[in-house]
Amino acid sequence: MTTPVIETHELTKRYANSDLVAVDRLDLTVFEGEIFGLLGPNGAGKTTTAGMLTTRVVPTSGRASVAGIDVVADPARAKAVQGVVSQVNTLDRQLTVEENLYFHGRLFGMSARDARRDAATLLERFQLGRWARASVYALSGGMAQRLMVARAIMHRPTVLFLDEPTAGLDPQSRLALWEVLSELHREGQTILLTTHYMEEADQLCTRVAIMDHGRLLALDTPEGLKASTGIDTIVTVSASGDLERLAEHLADLDGASSARVIDSGVELHVSHRERVLATVIERADALGVEVHDVAVTSPTLETVFISLTGKELRD
Amino acid sequence: MATTLLSAGTRSRAQTSRAAFWALILRDATVIRKDLRLFILRTLIQPFLLSFVFLYVFPKIGQSVGGSSAEGQFATTLVAGVVGISIMFQGVQSVALNMAQEFGFTREIEDRVQAPCPIWLVALEKVISGALQGMVSAALVLPIASLVHARGVHASLTLHWWVLLTLVPLACLAMSSLGLVLGTSFEPRNIGLMFGFIILPITFLGGTYYDFNRLAPVQWGSWHWLQTLVLVNPLLYVNEGMRAAFTNIPHLHLYVIYPVLLAFVAGFLTLGLKNFSRRVLS
Repeated sequence: MTTPVIETHELTKRYANSDLVAVDRLDLTVFEGEIFGLLGPNGAGKTTTAGMLTTRVVPTSGRASVAGIDVVADPARAKAVQGVVSQVNTLDRQLTVEENLYFHGRLFGMSARDARRDAATLLERFQLGRWARASVYALSGGMAQRLMVARAIMHRPTVLFLDEPTAGLDPQSRLALWEVLSELHREGQTILLTTHYMEEADQLCTRVAIMDHGRLLALDTPEGLKASTGIDTIVTVSASGDLERLAEHLADLDGASSARVIDSGVELHVSHRERVLATVIERADALGVEVHDVAVTSPTLETVFISLTGKELRD
Repeated sequence: MATTLLSAGTRSRAQTSRAAFWALILRDATVIRKDLRLFILRTLIQPFLLSFVFLYVFPKIGQSVGGSSAEGQFATTLVAGVVGISIMFQGVQSVALNMAQEFGFTREIEDRVQAPCPIWLVALEKVISGALQGMVSAALVLPIASLVHARGVHASLTLHWWVLLTLVPLACLAMSSLGLVLGTSFEPRNIGLMFGFIILPITFLGGTYYDFNRLAPVQWGSWHWLQTLVLVNPLLYVNEGMRAAFTNIPHLHLYVIYPVLLAFVAGFLTLGLKNFSRRVLS
C-alpha cells in the first residue's frame, strides 16, 4: 500500500446554479490495492467527487490525478485507466449481454479475438454465461449490476470506480456484489466506491473517508474511525416513561459520553462498560421508567458520523 | 484473462482514440445488421408512400400535380426530392432520436462518454455513422422512387456521377449534423415537439415537391418572399443538389449548393458538439 493511485489537492466543485460548494478543497490519496470508501449522506459531495475523478464533472479549482494522469488536462488518457460503474443501468440496450462486453473490449483497444475470449471468461466468472445471447432487458437488477462491473473491469483498469453500487439492489444481490468486490480486492484491484450505507463501507472498505457538505470530516480504517470516537459500547434501552429525564440521568453516568432519546427508548454511548447495565436499570427504576429491553452493541460508522456531525447518516 | 492486452495507458492518445472510434462505428454497424429488415423498411416506407400517392394514385385518379403540363416533369422533380428527404430523415432518426434515447431513459450516454477518447469524438462518431446510414438510404431509395409510378408517368433520370459521388455524402453529413443539433438541443421528453416545430416545416418548405425556380410566382409585390424564406432551409440545398446529381431539370447553381452545404455542416457541427459537451459534462 505505497503507490498512490488517486490524488486530489484542494479539489473543489461549485455548480453555477448553486450557492453551495458541492466539494470543498478535498485532499485525498488512495493507494494501490485499496478498497476506498467515500461515505456520507445524500448531497455530501461523494458523487461529485467521483464525477470529477472520472472526468464527467469539471472541477472549479484544485487538482486531481488518476494513475499519475491529470484528469482535467488529459481526460482521454485518464479514462483509459479507469473502469466506471455508475448509479444507473447504462448497459447498451441494443446489444446482447455478451456484445456489451465484446464492444467494451474493442472500445478500449482489444483485438476481436481477445475481446471475444475475455467476454466469455467474464460471463462465466460473473455467472452470466447462460444469458450471453440474451438482451440486457432480460436481466434482473442484480445481474445487470454484475454485468456492469464485469464490463468496467474488462480492460483491466488501474482503478475501478463504483457510484452507490448497491443502491436499489435486494439484500441478496447486495451480498453477491460485495462478494465480487471482495474478490477483486484480493486480486489487487484498486477500488473507489461511494456509498451511504455504513455497513457497506464497514464491511468492504480498507479505508473510509466520511464526507458531509462537500468536506472531508474524517479518514481512517473503519476500526480506526470507530476507535476515534472513544466509545466502546452502545447501550440501547427500550423503555416507556419520561425518556428525556432518563437520558439526562444516563448521560451523567461514569464513562458515558452521550445519551439521546431515540424512537422508543434511549441510546447511551459509553467508553467503559463495567456494570453499566445494572446501573442503567437502577437509574431507570429510580425514575419510574419501565424498561422493556436492553441491548448492547459495538459502535458502527453511524456512531462515528453522529459523533462528527450530531446527525444521523440516514437523515 | 488475457495477458496480451497492451495497457491502454501506454499507447499514444491518437491510437487509443482511433481504436475507440472504430469500435463505436463497429457497434453501430452491428446494431443495424441485427435489425437490417427494420432498417430497410423504415428507410423505404416514406419514399414508397410519397411515390405511390403522387406518382401512381394522382395520375390514376386524374388529379394533376405540379401544373398541367407534364406529370413526367413532376415525377423527375419528386424523385430527387424523395431521395433528399430520405437522407434527412435518416440523419435525424439515426442521430437525434438515438441520442434522445441515450440521454433520456436509458442513460447509455454516460457509459459511451467513458470511452478512452475526447468527448467530441463520441459525438462526431454518431454524425459519421448517421451520414453513412444516410448514404445507404439514398442508394436504397433511388430505385424505389424511380420505379413506383403509374403507366405513362416517367421520371427522366440522368446520373451526373461526379456530383452524385460528392454531393450525396456532403448532404448526408449536413443532415446527420442537423440530427446532432436537434438531438442535443431538445430535452428527451420534448422530442415530439422537434417533429412538429422543426421537421415538418423543413420537410414541407424544403423543395421536396417543387424545385426552387418554380417558387418564383409566389410573391408579394415584386418580392419573391417564399423563395427568400426557403433559403434558410438546409433541406432545400440537399434537394436541389439531388436534382443536380440525378436529373437535368433546373436547380440552384452548384456554386451555391456546395459552399452552403459545407457551411451548414460546419455550423451544425460546431453547435452540436458544443451542446453535446455541455450535456455530458457538468
